[in-house]
Amino acid sequence: MSAAVMQHLPILPIVLPLCAAALLLLSGESHRGPRAALALIATLAQLAAALVLLGVADGRIAAPWSGGIGVYALGGWAAPFGIVLVVDRLAAIMLTLTAALGLAALVYSLARWERAGSHYLPLFQLLLMGLNGAFLTGDLFSLFVFFEVLLAASYGLALHGSGAARVTAGMHYIAVNLVASLFFLIAAALIYGVAGTLNMAELAQRAAALDAADRSLLELGAVLLGIVFLVKAGAWPLNFWLPATYGAAAPPVASVFAILTKVGVYALLRFAVLLDDAGAPAPFRGDWLFYGGLATVLTGSLGVLAAQKLDRLASTLAIVSSGTLLAAFGFTGTTLTGPALYYLVSSVLAIGAFFLVIEMAERHRTVAADVLAVSSEAFGLQDRPDSEHLDEMAGVPIPAAMAFLGLAFFACALLLSGLPPLSSFVGKFALLSAAIAAAPQAPRLHAGLFVAALLLSGLIGLIALSRLGIRVFWETDRIAPRLLWVEAGPVAGLVLLCTALAFGAGPAMSYCNAAARSLHDASAYIGSVLPTATVRGAR
Amino acid sequence: MELVFALAIGVLAGSGIYLVLRPRTFQVIMGLTLLAYAVNLFIFAMGRLRIGAPPVIDPARGSDPALYTDPVPQALVLTAIVIGFATTALFLVVLLASRGLNGTDHVDGREPEEG
Repeated sequence: MSAAVMQHLPILPIVLPLCAAALLLLSGESHRGPRAALALIATLAQLAAALVLLGVADGRIAAPWSGGIGVYALGGWAAPFGIVLVVDRLAAIMLTLTAALGLAALVYSLARWERAGSHYLPLFQLLLMGLNGAFLTGDLFSLFVFFEVLLAASYGLALHGSGAARVTAGMHYIAVNLVASLFFLIAAALIYGVAGTLNMAELAQRAAALDAADRSLLELGAVLLGIVFLVKAGAWPLNFWLPATYGAAAPPVASVFAILTKVGVYALLRFAVLLDDAGAPAPFRGDWLFYGGLATVLTGSLGVLAAQKLDRLASTLAIVSSGTLLAAFGFTGTTLTGPALYYLVSSVLAIGAFFLVIEMAERHRTVAADVLAVSSEAFGLQDRPDSEHLDEMAGVPIPAAMAFLGLAFFACALLLSGLPPLSSFVGKFALLSAAIAAAPQAPRLHAGLFVAALLLSGLIGLIALSRLGIRVFWETDRIAPRLLWVEAGPVAGLVLLCTALAFGAGPAMSYCNAAARSLHDASAYIGSVLPTATVRGAR
Repeated sequence: MELVFALAIGVLAGSGIYLVLRPRTFQVIMGLTLLAYAVNLFIFAMGRLRIGAPPVIDPARGSDPALYTDPVPQALVLTAIVIGFATTALFLVVLLASRGLNGTDHVDGREPEEG
């Protein structure tokens, strides 16, 4: 790869989807083939860029920058004045996860769902752009802007396919997130008013040097920021919008939304580390975060038990996984961060795959048919009978669809409840052993509660999944659904990715641990973003 | 000036919060708009309130920073206004769609039961 491309590599995950979205918007909706190809190529290119960044951040591929953390100054303006993009291992992991999940959901939606409404492909690319930007940016206000980009795209995608259920759930989702965005603005303005900077590294530095009056204002800003991130992460009691929205969204959209909650978790983690190491307060660390996470796991598990429909079940499982992560990050010490990152990757892939599986399994059931009928009516597609609709698609149906669905559901159930041999088991096992090993330093009560919550949520997930699985798959009078390769492929790919994570658990876990180590070394982050940091600190 | 400004923000935010918590979609969108006004004024105030100081450097005035007001919050508020405007417009469309599909302007998509 040429030096110029390598130098500008960190901006590619933002520029590629932006350009693709613009081209897709300009081209008419009629050119289906070229549009699908363009979206696929853009997403594949993002995956490639993310994989290279994954290697570069670890030092396996020669980097154009020195040290493990890459800093890309937009427009060539150096850090405190310009906006920077920062690539470390954690950001690279999240980028790769986004691209992989995005690719799977995109391929799946090409078969059918892309046509349930207009502007699906450009919105999808903009969602990826917002996600990538949020993971890369090193500036508080551009984090807000990327949040808005991904939210604006997600509003459109949540409503994709229309219908009363989606519009009502989408309206709640939009209202909650608009209020959260206003909170974000208040927090950003407050922090800027007190610390005089929006750069995250410089903020960490200045936060340590504030006097008491300014400090309390900064704490207020940090609390507001924390609340915003917790809303995005789906933490209890800020998550009542989540099950309805995710359950009502079109399945490929819900699948890619699986990573949306993890953006909040990521931002919370990043800010907690940066503000914590500077000796500044980070109210959403420690006990608050830990018990909040436990409460999220508990309420999520109750939701899992109460779920009557598979899509509702999948969304409550997303809440449980968020809660597990929050509790792990709130746990005393930093040893849980690495395993938690591994668990994050595995659970996002599993939930993404599960949303796709349940749509295929429920396709011929009345509930799913209702929703689709409504959306077909809204877009004037009702004249086509279902079989013709399927024939018209480019693609070959797979043989033994029922067996495939059963296997995929079974694999997802193993993944979501954390049973061996797939990757979620490895993640949960690593979390448990880290929590028990940390026991001498951490309060015994915390370790006990954490272990109990993790095991109990797994058991509850298993009970709910087998109960609903029996109801869906052991029906005698069901018609075997007709599945296309483009629909089965992404699900198989996601499940295989989880299998690969389980078999390559050694390297994957050591990468996550390295990511956690470099994340918790806030001075390295600050030093990379602001090379003159030591001079400023000495002043 | 600070007192009047703070009161204005407080009144806007208070009315906004009240309206956001109301059950009709039109009240919610008015509340969101008022809240957005309050937040925009707040961002602006974070650059400190000054009269007669431009944010952009003017060669005739010289380069002393004390002569200028902080330009960053003004740039931020511009971005916030644009984003807020776009998302509010989107919410308005969703509100109308919900009214059309559900036949009611209640935020839950159905009228509360009598009793």
